[in-house]
Amino acid sequence: MSLDFTEHEEAFRAEARAWLAEHSPGRLPSMDTTDGAAAHREWEKKLASGRWSVVAWPEQYGGREVSLTEWVIFEEEYYLSGAPTRITQNGISLLAPIIFEHGTPEQQQRFLPAMADGTDVWAQAWSEPEAGSDLAGIRSTATRDEARGGWVLNGQKTWSSRAPYADRGFGLFRSDPAAERHRGLTYFLFPLTADGITVRPIPQLDGDPGFAEIFFDDVFVPDADVLGGAGDGWRVAMSTAGNERGLSLRAPGRFMAAADRLLDLWRERGDETPTLRDDVVDAWIGARAYQFYTWGTVDRLQDGGDMGAAGSVNKLFWSDLDVDLHETGLALLGADQELRGEAAPNGGRWMDDYLFSLSGPIYAGTNEIQRNIVAERILGLPRGEKRS
Amino acid sequence: MRFAMSAEQRSFGDALTGLLTASDVPAANRAWAAGDDTAGLRLWEKLAELGVTALVVPEEAGGIDGTPLDLAVAFECLGHHGVPGPWIESVALAPSLLAGTKHHDVLADVAEGSARVTIAAPPLAPYALDAGSATHVFLLEADTLSPARSTRALTSVDPSRRLQAVEADGPREILADDAVARGLDLATLACSASLVGTGERLLRDSVTYVGQRRQFGRVIGEYQAIKHALADVRVALDFARPLVHGAARGLESGDDDATRDVSAAKVAATDAAHLAARTALQVHGAIGYTMEHDLSIWILRARALAGAWGSTSHHRGRVLDHLMRS
Ligand SMILES: Cc1cc2nc3c(=O)[nH]c(=O)nc-3n(C[C@H](O)[C@H](O)[C@H](O)COP(=O)(O)OP(=O)(O)OC[C@H]3O[C@@H](n4cnc5c(N)ncnc54)[C@H](O)[C@@H]3O)c2cc1C
Repeated sequence: MSLDFTEHEEAFRAEARAWLAEHSPGRLPSMDTTDGAAAHREWEKKLASGRWSVVAWPEQYGGREVSLTEWVIFEEEYYLSGAPTRITQNGISLLAPIIFEHGTPEQQQRFLPAMADGTDVWAQAWSEPEAGSDLAGIRSTATRDEARGGWVLNGQKTWSSRAPYADRGFGLFRSDPAAERHRGLTYFLFPLTADGITVRPIPQLDGDPGFAEIFFDDVFVPDADVLGGAGDGWRVAMSTAGNERGLSLRAPGRFMAAADRLLDLWRERGDETPTLRDDVVDAWIGARAYQFYTWGTVDRLQDGGDMGAAGSVNKLFWSDLDVDLHETGLALLGADQELRGEAAPNGGRWMDDYLFSLSGPIYAGTNEIQRNIVAERILGLPRGEKRS
Repeated sequence: MRFAMSAEQRSFGDALTGLLTASDVPAANRAWAAGDDTAGLRLWEKLAELGVTALVVPEEAGGIDGTPLDLAVAFECLGHHGVPGPWIESVALAPSLLAGTKHHDVLADVAEGSARVTIAAPPLAPYALDAGSATHVFLLEADTLSPARSTRALTSVDPSRRLQAVEADGPREILADDAVARGLDLATLACSASLVGTGERLLRDSVTYVGQRRQFGRVIGEYQAIKHALADVRVALDFARPLVHGAARGLESGDDDATRDVSAAKVAATDAAHLAARTALQVHGAIGYTMEHDLSIWILRARALAGAWGSTSHHRGRVLDHLMRS
């Protein structure tokens, strides 16, 4: 890397690299299986024991309070070491920033340390059967229960990642039946074992139950588990929607590591399909572009800027890159590309990762919605007929 | 670690943008294409006053010893405004090639803006741009440099690129390998930056146009097919520029990977400018398909530069060779 990292940053990189080299378990069974989930939790405990699970967090919650630059450095080293994807990711990158910003000190104490060491795995429960891209169409309700000092949840959430093996959920519910769209929503935290909750796992395209439906049948949630103010859920949820440590700034290490695997595959098999040369090179160029782009974003954020609608540009790029890169990998495998499991080249990793990449253009806001955002908020094109 | 441009680089870019916005560059470009150099040469002088021609000329030769990133900033502006003339050859390539030769004193004139050097460098750039009006014409064959003269005028798809076939006409000099490599890397970098600027201009003019043109009772920019096509151009350009800047930083620090990154930048910039050109043409409809409309300046420039200083295929090959060695 031709960038001038400070001595401190280089030392941090070296420390992370050394620790990961010693401890990384490599690839684990899918986190969306009973054994895999347990193994991933085990790994989170290990990471936490070395203070590597949430490096950007304050020390009191298990972090090292590192800079954004160092966070990206850590992520680079993490993926280069071949360490597994994080079962705690939804909690750490989607929920934690909101708890830091809107949670009470009691909530921070109760939830963050248990999230940091993998004791609590969190599932995000936003989508509903009728509320996908149009999230403000949420229908699940929260009814006030003054006597018990809390709320009663009813309704259905769906596509909730990790929910089959998770401990807790976070989601938006309509607490004011008279209010419409973005108004009258409240942000709730709840144990998935609460009375009245039924979790129905849903197998994904790869066969494993990576997400689930969650049914709420008179589920009581005390006031202590409301995040932010009642009725203020949309604003609370969106305040960190473009959070730099969230999905919008997905660390480049992941794509560089995948591009390196593609180059290895090209070394092995390139002779058989030389016409794939351009696709291989373009995948690597894409990963390199993403790396440089990220360093530019890091500078902007450290100078006090925010991600804003650029998060949509970012998401469009990495999600398409991820699919293209893995399609190229599969193309290099020829007839073996359809194989899965141990008999498949590289233990089936190319197909597993490809199937996962296919969901990238759908989750975290579909790519069509992202293109609308880029066109309207960045290019300034007219919104046209009213959507709210 | 810092990746972003410095405050000085940003204000340098702003100064160039200010000057070029105030000058009627499209008119200068069209006049240049028609063989009238007056306005183009006036622009050359004004840009020289802002330091563009001296950017990578060494200080002892009258230059300002700037960085490759300064060069990238300048060339994105030149591309954005469609400035005509042998800029890549004079400003990016000549300093490295001529520095150690008996022609080194030409560089002081380049820096000052009084010399305009053009160089044919087959096979990457087989014809000399503006050899008819440049003050110095050279031919670079592998590591051999010689003064040259034009033998024949050729026509480019971009009318403002007045190409000439040339032949050696004077004593040859053997150049150091690294002088040639660095010169060609800087030329490719400048070309890539110029392509990013070209793409940005195509996108900007398209956004303006689709916000005004009405069909079926609405401005066409309300249609999602148009929005999504332009959003894709935004993404392609936003990810091409960091490669150009990353390659520039690598050249500055003498990084081994810099040559590879220059090639990556050329590929991404060419592809992004090409997407911008295709999309711009499509969203403009028939008016975009005319020579009369200024959009043609950038559509045709994007096409011409796609093959100049190495095609995408050439540069993909270089990237892969480098990766397979490491
Ligand atoms: C692997 C995976 C994990 C997920 N994890 C979670 C999770 O943990 N928690 C959670 O709450 N949700 C999760 N989701 C759900 C995800 O957020 C939704 O799938 C997404 O918001 C799209 O909603 P939808 O699937 O209902 O599609 P729809 O909104 O019905 O969209 C269908 C198609 O219509 C297009 N479309 C819709 N509106 C427009 C428009 N205005 N303009 C143009 N095109 C439009 C979409 O782009 C898409 O192509 C996950 C999804 C996947 C695939």
